[in-house]
Amino acid sequence: MRWLAKGLELVGKMGLFSLRVLIDAIRPPFEFAQLSRQLVEVGNRSLSLIVVSGFALGAVMTLHTRSTLVTFGATAMIPAVQAVSFFVEIGPLVAGLLLAGRVGSGIGAVLANMRASEQIDAIQSLSVDSFKFLVVPRVLACVIALPFLTLFMDFAGLFGGFLSETLSSHIAPTLYLNRAFDYLQWSNFVAPTLKTGVFGFIIGSVSSYFGYTTNKGAQGVGEAATKSVVVSSLLIIVADVLLIKCIYFLFPDTAI
Amino acid sequence: MNETQTSAIEFKEVVKSFGSQRVLNDVSFHVEQGHALCLLGRSGTGKSVTLKLIMALMCPDAGQIWVDQNNVVGMDRHHVSLVRKKLGYLFQDAALFDSLTLYENLAFPLSRLTKKAKDEINDIVQRLLTDVGLGKHADKYPSALSGGMKKRAGLARALVLEPKIILADEPSSGLDRITASEIDELLMRRKAEHNTTLVIVTHDIHGVRRVADRVAVLDMGNLVAFGTVEEVSQSENRIARGLITE
Repeated sequence: MRWLAKGLELVGKMGLFSLRVLIDAIRPPFEFAQLSRQLVEVGNRSLSLIVVSGFALGAVMTLHTRSTLVTFGATAMIPAVQAVSFFVEIGPLVAGLLLAGRVGSGIGAVLANMRASEQIDAIQSLSVDSFKFLVVPRVLACVIALPFLTLFMDFAGLFGGFLSETLSSHIAPTLYLNRAFDYLQWSNFVAPTLKTGVFGFIIGSVSSYFGYTTNKGAQGVGEAATKSVVVSSLLIIVADVLLIKCIYFLFPDTAI
Repeated sequence: MNETQTSAIEFKEVVKSFGSQRVLNDVSFHVEQGHALCLLGRSGTGKSVTLKLIMALMCPDAGQIWVDQNNVVGMDRHHVSLVRKKLGYLFQDAALFDSLTLYENLAFPLSRLTKKAKDEINDIVQRLLTDVGLGKHADKYPSALSGGMKKRAGLARALVLEPKIILADEPSSGLDRITASEIDELLMRRKAEHNTTLVIVTHDIHGVRRVADRVAVLDMGNLVAFGTVEEVSQSENRIARGLITE
């Protein structure tokens, strides 16, 4: 029972922490300089990882899909399968998980190190609200950057799929694109992309929570980084299930 | 006027525990404006905790802490922030911001909390860095500095807003005796010229004799001696006498 109590306590504390993020995000003063710095850190510096991963995943997925669909003589469906699967699910989920690994661990470790070396106390002692200065811009940067990174992943995956397919069947780019977007509606694309904003909030707030609240010195830095990745990845997957249900409820046409 | 109105800092029956360990046990003392108090005690006796309580970085379990006539216990975030503007804090390990150069570390509070022009900020930062002997290291990052240099930079940052009260956690640790004396001189000059109150945690008895108007000795969470250097050196408490005499 003790682990259950600890678990519930953690959920409660993380919930309150996230609530404070939401309240402080709309309460002036706004830390625009910090936000732009974090957007560079979260967005620009994750771009190469996202694009390369998307490209490779797209190419691999097309190879697997081709070997299956060729049995049924349905290779013409490969672009559509690729586009729908990437835009609806693979792109948002994989981008979220990759960002949880790269950015989540970074946020957790940086904030935990700042806590251990009393830099957070130093910020407080200079009459600066350390929560608004350090946590809120990081969470907002994740919320803003992740939908854009997801788009890059989607298109990189589509491009990887096209290259893989054109090497096998010499399909023309225009024909590939036409077939790819034939089955894709705006509602298939917009809602799944926007849901990654929720993934971004999870990554930012969970990682910040573990980094900001640690009190174990140097040992806490490693722990915060690990917990940030593990918990935010798990929560992203759970949230994905719930969000898909919500999307199907709100936009029934998107159900494939 | 009572003590609360004339004191820069006053502790009233302050209790602070971490888990089952009681770090401060009904501690009461006060520091007059413009005076220097040195906090002595063996490691782990609550000296740094006392400074953090004054800065409202921690909350006591019981008691009152008055800083410049404001009880900071239970105060809301906005008012705590206003009180903190009157305080400068030198952390034990300096706590410089890793991602900023030395210059930026000092300019950060000035650019955020004052409306000073860039040139004026530049002048203040350069003067303070020169005062602590780091005038030629403004562009270096904290990782490129020695422990003593970090300490001096931390002190410069604590002074940058010209606080009414300076809290210094072991300002001379890691410094050679000459540099330690220079730091003491700097603090004493600040005290004399601006009537600044000093609360210094230290193990440096030479520094205590040079700087302190009052000495407080903490042991096992209790305030075991409080008074001038002479009074504490004649204290009935063995630990207090041992700490003040070499």
